Amino acid sequence: MAEGGFGRRIGCRRHLLGIAGLEPRAIAGVLDLAETYISLARQGGARDVLRGRTVLNLFFESSTRTRTSFELAAKRLGADVIAMSPPASAMSKGESLLDTATTLNAMAIDVLVVRHDQSGTAALLAQNVDATVINAGDGAHEHPTQALVDALTIRRRRGTLAGLTVAICGDVMHSRVARSNVRLMTMMGSRVRICAPPTLLPAGAAAWGVEVFTDMRAALRGADVVMMLRLQRERMTRSFVPSAREYFRFYGLDPEKLTLAKPDALVMHPGPMNRGVEIDSAVADDLAHSVIEEQVEMGVAVRMAVLDLLVRQV
Amino acid sequence: MKTLFRGVRLLDPASGRDSLGSLLVVSGRIAAVDPAEPPSDAAVVEGEGLALCPGLIDLRVGLREPGEEHKESLATLSSRAVAGGITTLVALPDTLQPLDQPALVEFVSRRAASFGCVTVLPMGAATKGCAGKELAEMGLLREAGAVAFSDGRRPIADARTMRLALAYAASFGSMVVQHPEEPSLVSGAVATEGPLASSLGLPSAPAAAEAILVARDIRLAELTGGHVHFGPVSTGEALDLIRSAKAKGLRVTCDTAPPYFDLNETAIGEWRTYARLSPPLRAEEDRLAVLASLADGTIDAIGSDHQPQDTDAKRLPFALSEPGGVGVETLLAVTLTLVHNGQLPLLDAIALLTSRPAALLGLDAGRLAVGAPADLCLFDPDRAWQIRAEELLGPSRNTPHDGRAVQGRVVGTWKAGHRVFG
Repeated sequence: MAEGGFGRRIGCRRHLLGIAGLEPRAIAGVLDLAETYISLARQGGARDVLRGRTVLNLFFESSTRTRTSFELAAKRLGADVIAMSPPASAMSKGESLLDTATTLNAMAIDVLVVRHDQSGTAALLAQNVDATVINAGDGAHEHPTQALVDALTIRRRRGTLAGLTVAICGDVMHSRVARSNVRLMTMMGSRVRICAPPTLLPAGAAAWGVEVFTDMRAALRGADVVMMLRLQRERMTRSFVPSAREYFRFYGLDPEKLTLAKPDALVMHPGPMNRGVEIDSAVADDLAHSVIEEQVEMGVAVRMAVLDLLVRQV
Repeated sequence: MKTLFRGVRLLDPASGRDSLGSLLVVSGRIAAVDPAEPPSDAAVVEGEGLALCPGLIDLRVGLREPGEEHKESLATLSSRAVAGGITTLVALPDTLQPLDQPALVEFVSRRAASFGCVTVLPMGAATKGCAGKELAEMGLLREAGAVAFSDGRRPIADARTMRLALAYAASFGSMVVQHPEEPSLVSGAVATEGPLASSLGLPSAPAAAEAILVARDIRLAELTGGHVHFGPVSTGEALDLIRSAKAKGLRVTCDTAPPYFDLNETAIGEWRTYARLSPPLRAEEDRLAVLASLADGTIDAIGSDHQPQDTDAKRLPFALSEPGGVGVETLLAVTLTLVHNGQLPLLDAIALLTSRPAALLGLDAGRLAVGAPADLCLFDPDRAWQIRAEELLGPSRNTPHDGRAVQGRVVGTWKAGHRVFG
């Protein structure tokens, strides 16, 4: 990925705002580098490519695993890490978002990891701060590092993404994880299926180059990978689905539905899980299929690779 | 005071005239067209072949005074309107303090008149506070100068309220102007449902939300005998409904705004909040349907749908930004792109900005006839320029057409015989 580089150039820096715009070669490159970080971590080694750099985790939305994994990744690379979680109320209208950007410029932050409930926020910040911006989730738009984590998890188990049938099931409409994964998996040659109740299917999703299902059994048939999405409680109050129990009956991944997928199918979930809503505990904890814990382990290595690649190019 | 326009290409859609000639203005009114013996004491404006048409009538302008003068005052609005060749503008009543009191209607028109540039004709609120619940005092508002009734950008959601508003307004000969979006369907949406909005992860609503409300209100117009006017209309489906309602002889009219025939949803690009409008920009097929409906006469007028927003309201994540774009300075130029592209004859384009909105509201303006007010717009139909947000008169510069190359520029504007621009 020498000439292409990794990430999106805005101003004099490169940022990771989404999977959209990345080249397959750049994705393979970041996964390769992540592999080396996994071995390094398992050997208890460290590399201080970020020594003297400051990474700010700016999370406007609550998060445990993504934030922690970015923090660990940055620390293992020798960076100074600061975490900021502005209360949702103070920022609810987003009015001070660019004031925050101005403040950060004055503090000479090197890397800004941002999560926000509004689509496009990472891009808006990238246009207004001097730091390298990494999108840790913006509204229903993208969550690129999660898709890279999922890709690495699958690649390590199956050797490749090409030719695999990946079923992404659940609240696709509101899911940034689904969007980033659809982009990444289709780009890397997987056959992607999305499955949701009709009320949670994004309009025009067929244009994404995926097969669209509303029948989960049909979507699971012969799948190599089953990726479940989190269903937020709020979707019930706004009538996207009638109830949690009805949702679980038709769209929850239970052992019976899982038999329709390939016998060695991988089960994934970006977390945090709603057990008994989108996934049965018997499936989530079944280590013959579930790689959910492994996804968390991959999280740190992938984020180390992303930080390393982006900072290297400054 | 006498002014003679000589060597001008007179464009008067009302009479169908498009030819070189001269025009004499005396005491603020048009005294003669092609005078045989023009008075020797008249000030002369040499047209050198430039086009002279009636001052433009902008049917759709959002006010920010009273209440949000930092976004735009009536003073700044006046000066940018005349820079766009506009001499009469019809204002929406959904100001911060809605125009639901006769005194407010009178305040707006009087204050605008004090600047002597442009006539502001306010619409009155159709319901108290533009809240869609109880009818406003339409009769008193009309006496105070309201030319139509509307809740502005807020659709009148309740069918019964809309029925009553149409029936009641009809007794004063007034139309009810409806923002055509079914409110419960578009609640929270900032883009048109489809592949683009899905891929950006933006909350979106189906384009059909427009036709759904239009269909209901056409039926209510038929039921009440009232006059419903929709705007800005942006979808082919709604325009089809309006076309057939007109064919049935119902009192149904509509307008659109330049973004809906000049841009499609791809103008959003990567979160360009200047392209966040209400209704949202549509898919290309709807843009083409708007073009076709301008050409076949289904659309009665082009209004700028001028909606100033300041930087604080636009420099935000897309879905949190305020909708709307400024448009008075670019109304003529963007409309003329239709002429340069061969999509609309010049006189038809000018009619949509002058005689047709005048006919809709029964105004004296909008024609080059002896006795009519000398509200005039002198423009070069061919002059090329680029719309650049930072070059617009302020204070708000949120144009969705930023960067657009256009042809056609206003050279001078006259209000009641006085030169107010150029």
